[in-house]
Amino acid sequence: MSTQPDLLYSEEEQALRAAVRDLLTDHCGAPDVIARGESDTPHDAELWKLLTDGMGLAGLLVPEDQGGQGASHREVAVILEELGRAVAPVPYLTSAVVATEALLACDGSAELLTRLASGRTVGAVAVALHLAPGAAFPVVRLDDGRLHGELTGIADAQAADVLLVPADDGGLYAVEAGAVTVVPQVSLDLTRPVARVLFQGAAGQRVGDAEPAVRRALRAAAGLLASEQLGLADRSLAETVRYLKERKQFNRPVGGFQALKHRLARLWLEVVHLRAAARGAADALATGEDVDVSVAVAQAYAAPVAVRAAEEALQLHGGIGMTWEHPAHLYLKRAKADSLAYGAAGAHRAALAELVDLQAP
Amino acid sequence: MTDAAELRRRTQEFLAANPPARTDPLDFLRARFDAGLAWVHFPEGLGGLGSPRSLQAVVDAELEAAAAPDNDPRRIGIGLGMAAPTILQYGTQEQKRRFLRPLWTGEEVWCQLFSEPGAGSDLAALGTRAVREGDTWVVNGQKVWTSSAHLARWAILIARTDPDVPKHQGITYFVCDMTDPGVDVRPLRQITGEAEFNEVFLTDVRIPDAHRLGGIGDGWRVAQTTLNNERVAIGGMRLPREGGMIGPVARTWRERPDLRTHDLHQRLLGLWVEAEVARLTGERLRQQLVAGQPGPEGSGMKLAFARLNQEISGLEVELLGEEGLLYGDWTMRRPEHVDFTGRDAGYRYLRSKGNSIEGGTSEVLLNIVAERVLGLPAEPRTDKDVAWKDLAR
Repeated sequence: MSTQPDLLYSEEEQALRAAVRDLLTDHCGAPDVIARGESDTPHDAELWKLLTDGMGLAGLLVPEDQGGQGASHREVAVILEELGRAVAPVPYLTSAVVATEALLACDGSAELLTRLASGRTVGAVAVALHLAPGAAFPVVRLDDGRLHGELTGIADAQAADVLLVPADDGGLYAVEAGAVTVVPQVSLDLTRPVARVLFQGAAGQRVGDAEPAVRRALRAAAGLLASEQLGLADRSLAETVRYLKERKQFNRPVGGFQALKHRLARLWLEVVHLRAAARGAADALATGEDVDVSVAVAQAYAAPVAVRAAEEALQLHGGIGMTWEHPAHLYLKRAKADSLAYGAAGAHRAALAELVDLQAP
Repeated sequence: MTDAAELRRRTQEFLAANPPARTDPLDFLRARFDAGLAWVHFPEGLGGLGSPRSLQAVVDAELEAAAAPDNDPRRIGIGLGMAAPTILQYGTQEQKRRFLRPLWTGEEVWCQLFSEPGAGSDLAALGTRAVREGDTWVVNGQKVWTSSAHLARWAILIARTDPDVPKHQGITYFVCDMTDPGVDVRPLRQITGEAEFNEVFLTDVRIPDAHRLGGIGDGWRVAQTTLNNERVAIGGMRLPREGGMIGPVARTWRERPDLRTHDLHQRLLGLWVEAEVARLTGERLRQQLVAGQPGPEGSGMKLAFARLNQEISGLEVELLGEEGLLYGDWTMRRPEHVDFTGRDAGYRYLRSKGNSIEGGTSEVLLNIVAERVLGLPAEPRTDKDVAWKDLAR
């Protein structure tokens, strides 16, 4: 390896971060996210409009001549860090990353890509959230030009206007949401709900081949998910440190006890490492160099750290952390769901075994 | 001030005037120091040009391409990494002129007389005494874990000059002449069988006051400069993928399919990922330093590498199976520098146990991260306002 990835944040990226964080501070408070999770509209459509119509963030990965911003995965990663920090209930990862990347791999999709880039249309790829980039994925049956069957575990399907559906002829089909039945499943993560999608003779437009499109979409998703996990872990740590400086027991701030200080210092160190791994994956996706290894490394490392950060936050907040009104559970649910999303750590380690020639016995 | 292009030009001129192939290596190094190309961030006249530290890479690349002799930085690491920045910051002009050039060329090796049997993590509790007699200090005490003491011409030394004040206030920092007849260096054999370190007994060692660095009683503050530079030195290196301790294990895995088991495979992959992420973290820290944005991340790097080295080398011994039961050589030897990744798996396993102790134990570093980075409350202290002589020992 002659060149090293650029692991820093540029000034423009930091400015973008500040703008998104300000917006989320004003429009994505934890009490609202908690209440929304139980309602019939778990997604925050107004926040989505502010991020997309207002800031143009849905089209970052789309070239300018197709109605997007022509930015790179590095900027998208910064957005996802902030969305992760706020556990924002918007379909950004699923539409602006996964569906968009799938369409970028297809030929017959320019118009739809432009719609997704504007944010006025939300897309979702109809592949279960837990599947790793190289995994086999279920398909629906194509019969006389109509789609039949059922797909489960589809993230943000409820928010989607268009579904990108793999069919048994090897094609990827764009299907308007009105043509299918979306049945919400009760999800562990209320902020990124999953659903069953029923196809009963739905009309679809073939946009390209499913295999390369899904593979590309899931690889970008896995790589960039690490940035969401970083944001989530960083916020969990920061909130826990803040709380432990205030909370007193035995006539001392709880954060002064060495047993807890060491736990938090170790967690901080893991978050520092996660930042390097997540930046490495984002930069690799942006440059196209060393992508498979960088993504697998980031995902193999990220999930356990994000989950531990959320679990430590819960434990160290004591009883208040177990309540519905405190946001710690939002982070734990998102972190645990993220640990399965786009391939669990084990799947990514197995991928690495091939990529870096450390073969199984 | 010079930019990269100017430095490259200067280096090429220097190489033309001192062709490496036809110049005695020591003469070459002396000339390089005098040309300001030794450590470009040092002041002019002291081996540098007052340039940004990051530009040293420009000089090094030119010299490396010309196959120029180097100053064996591993052998003189303590001088380069710890003594030099401290002398630069606190030394008198006379001290800087006397010590820095032979330190950099490697003509004079340095060691560090800090730790004592009773003062490791609690370094400020040290008990080696320095008593003033006119223009001389008379030093008595015992130091330990002193690498290179048997090779060293000079030592940086901290000693207690006032036992009647709290422990951090009564310390003074000196340069000690290791050829003084009162200095007795004895090898300290370690668990690896070799003696990388020494015990140093100081009996009526006479140090001229001109060899004091910084003010009387100001030694703790001066020592912070040394210790901070020690941690920076551990953080900033650039590694390729598999460049650390994971490399030999991965190679063994590839070359010896007979050793593979499912359990070891899972553990190896996990550690490979951690090693790669640690490498990226080190690279990110380096990029931050080059960009002039130093962060607190450096304070954690040593913690991560210590744990990782221990886990990887432990796995390596297991992976080797029957061979893992053997050890290369227990013969007592005195290496010129520490080689964490050299020799065999058993050596790496045993030596890595020191990684979480030397240069600050992992437990103390965790406290430092918690307090200085995260801002958590400090440990309750019972020693801060008590005179050193009244502390329980």
